[in-house]
Amino acid sequence: MTIPTKKKMAPAASKLYADDVSLLMVLIDTNPFFWNSINTSLSFSKFISNVLAFLNSILLLNQLNQVVVIATGYNSCDYIFDSSALQNHNQKGESLLQKLEEFVDKDESLCRDDSVDGPGFSLLSGSLSMALCYIQKVFRSGPLHPRPRILCLHGSPDGPGQYVAIMNAIFSAQRSMVPIDSCIIGAQHSAFLQQASYITSGIYLKPQLLDGLFQYLTTVFATDLHSRSFLQLPKPVGVDFRAACFCHKNTIDMGYICSVCLSIFCKHHKKCSTCGSVFGQAQTQDSSTPDRKRKTSVDN
Amino acid sequence: MADGQVMKRAKYKSSVKDPGVPGVLKMTRERFVFMPNDPNSSRKLNVEFRTIKGHKFTKEGSSRQALLNLTQEHGGNYILEFDSFADRDICREFVAAAIAFHGETGKATSEKPAAPLQGEQLSTAEMEHRIKLLQEDNELQMLHKQFVIGGILTEAEFWATRKKLLDQNDRRMPKQHVALKNEMWSVKPLSDGQSNRVTFNLTPEIILQIFAEKPAVRQAYLKCVPIKMSEKEFWTKYSRAEYLHSTKNVVAAAAEAAEDEELAIFLKQDDMLANEARRKIRRVDPTLDMEADVGDDYLHLLDHGLLREESKDVLDSQYEPYRRYFSQDLNQHAAVVLQGRVVDVELGDTRSVAEALARTKQAELANEASEGNSEIDLSHRISRIAEMDDLQGPRDPAVAHLCIKDPGDYFDSQQANALKALGDTGSGVKTLKCNVSPLEAYGSLRELVSEIRVRGLSEPITNPEVAFTVLSGLTQNISSTKYHLGKNPHESVLDSLPKVTREDLLHHWTSIQELLKHFWSSYPITTKYLYTKVTRLKDALSQVYPKLQEIKESVQSDFRHQVSLLVHPMLQALDAAFAHYDADVQKRSAKNGERTNGFV
Ligand SMILES: [Zn+2]
Ligand SMILES: [Zn+2]
Repeated sequence: MTIPTKKKMAPAASKLYADDVSLLMVLIDTNPFFWNSINTSLSFSKFISNVLAFLNSILLLNQLNQVVVIATGYNSCDYIFDSSALQNHNQKGESLLQKLEEFVDKDESLCRDDSVDGPGFSLLSGSLSMALCYIQKVFRSGPLHPRPRILCLHGSPDGPGQYVAIMNAIFSAQRSMVPIDSCIIGAQHSAFLQQASYITSGIYLKPQLLDGLFQYLTTVFATDLHSRSFLQLPKPVGVDFRAACFCHKNTIDMGYICSVCLSIFCKHHKKCSTCGSVFGQAQTQDSSTPDRKRKTSVDN
Repeated sequence: MADGQVMKRAKYKSSVKDPGVPGVLKMTRERFVFMPNDPNSSRKLNVEFRTIKGHKFTKEGSSRQALLNLTQEHGGNYILEFDSFADRDICREFVAAAIAFHGETGKATSEKPAAPLQGEQLSTAEMEHRIKLLQEDNELQMLHKQFVIGGILTEAEFWATRKKLLDQNDRRMPKQHVALKNEMWSVKPLSDGQSNRVTFNLTPEIILQIFAEKPAVRQAYLKCVPIKMSEKEFWTKYSRAEYLHSTKNVVAAAAEAAEDEELAIFLKQDDMLANEARRKIRRVDPTLDMEADVGDDYLHLLDHGLLREESKDVLDSQYEPYRRYFSQDLNQHAAVVLQGRVVDVELGDTRSVAEALARTKQAELANEASEGNSEIDLSHRISRIAEMDDLQGPRDPAVAHLCIKDPGDYFDSQQANALKALGDTGSGVKTLKCNVSPLEAYGSLRELVSEIRVRGLSEPITNPEVAFTVLSGLTQNISSTKYHLGKNPHESVLDSLPKVTREDLLHHWTSIQELLKHFWSSYPITTKYLYTKVTRLKDALSQVYPKLQEIKESVQSDFRHQVSLLVHPMLQALDAAFAHYDADVQKRSAKNGERTNGFV
């Protein structure tokens, strides 16, 4: 399913320097309500130490590799680490953790809710957009730059309110040929990230054994884009593109689509419930279609 | 020199004021013929050059019409107007040659009738020009040496292919102005390395360029030399300023300028230039399409990527007048070079050069001022911008803005199915707390962060057994999905088939392709050889047919559908070949029905 996106300028041509030099944008889920709501062997501190070890291995894989970490919070998101901006290379972990603490404070200060029911949603659309902006900046930095990809380490459930923003981000990533890898560390699968990875030819994985997160990260997500063409990586089972109607939430194979906002309905309505467009009379007979077409073309 | 003939479009006029009859003028050594475009017109000409005594012509520039007037012995004349002066000049030369030829032959009938090319008599000037060309161009010289001196080409043949080079010396061409050097006079101080002395080289040419590019320097010269200071002092001061600029030390430049009024003129930004720039900006065509630049990928580069730009450090505004921007210099230089040499004075006399330049500038300004209607013109143009496509909003009927009440609807519409396809829903992970306050949640998160900060990374990062389980789990998962036929279109159906079937199919497909290639290329059948070849190929193809059916039947029912999907296009290709073969045979037999035997 697609929703209308604004026409964008042609993407800056990808100018690559070496096949296997990567720019890895890591989006980590720092939604406190999510981390509070789960009871697994994977605590946030263990998660972070696994991620730190993984980031180190990425930077060791190739001297030119670059890692940027974006924290996806409950109220905000922000860059918390950029290997290219780092002065002291022995303080990678320390600097990340410090920025992370600052970020948590800031995110809390923005919190307006008195209490949150369940794990809440993290601001994935925001961090995806930030990652894509960073990548665009790198694309424009000159002819030499690493090949970018995005890795979402995500646990919070999908936020329905972010649907349009996230789909736009996904299509933007697809246009710039930036794969979005997803590693789901929460209880539920993420339909967003499943689509994101599917559309951008990234890898979607929900580890069965969160204890071995580091192993999953290094085995599956450390692979640079060039090597992926030679390796067998977990493949998507396939995305079920059938949609449910907006009116009854029934899965349908055929239905009516609002020509304005692309909402899906199982039967004809007089007015679109999503965008309010008023529809004309349903065309019951095929023979009447040509007449109508002619009419509209004259009107234009 | 004189080719056989010349043909040009022209108008034949009875007088200069007569609009003339359009037609074609054709000239040979012997005669010229004018044929009007209108075949009914009576104003045809067919005149022998023998009778022509002289010719007159209008000067380019002074007259609008490119005329050629041929005068006859006994007073008559023919006025011809050409489309261009270039055309006219070609004819004029031809006429001149023809008249000269007939004049000579009239006097001395056949001294040298027709051998102008062989013993080509060259004037000394022409000879010198050729030698100069050879000296200037090494490659040309080598070629000349190799072929002309080597006896492979004659001198005339060698130069005949290089007429253009020779034409440059054409004495009839107006004297060409030498353009200004397209090179910026940048300060390259010659330092002897020992003393603090820095030497600059100023030639009259460089001075002209400085005056042209820096009106303030020109003005200062006219004002100060020789009343206030000598010429030498002036240039020393100027060089000092240039040197200061070259050090890029704006602060030092400002300090020196504060003490020396004249030096300050050189160091400060050129006010006259700034005024002129402002004036020019006002004259920029408002219809200029700035949007054309938007897509350029270098826009993100500072100063369009000019490397020589000064450091970007922030300076007090008091130093701003002393800053010089490379891009400004470059633009001014380009403008001056493009304008060309506007003054025509002897370069040696610096004062007269400066005065001449000042005069031209004034004349320019006066001209501009006299063009009073430029304001009207400008407003006229501005009113026209409104009609430019890319500066206008869409003309479609008013569009209502897309207003989506709840984007979550889209989400709901999809999520159910997407998650269904993925199967499991969080085994082993259970939701614990239902309702927490932000204080609690953020607090515990912060605690966990500081926990790692204090304790450092856990050692080992991962348990070897767990790692092994993960690795083998992943491997198994990958190898199973490889043969699992999902809805992924990138996965080949072939991969799912048994190896034997797959190889059989591939083999048949390649052999069919090979046979069909030969089959189709044999048509139309024109020889007996092709006929037998086609028959042979058709037999071979028909043997593949049953084999494909066999494969279809041999596979298990799970795969049968997929195999038949694969086989279908192959069968179609075969059928098409057979149909063509049959049709061709029928056509052939119908045609050859009467013939008793024989093939074609
Ligand atoms: Zn419905
Ligand atoms: Zn709608």
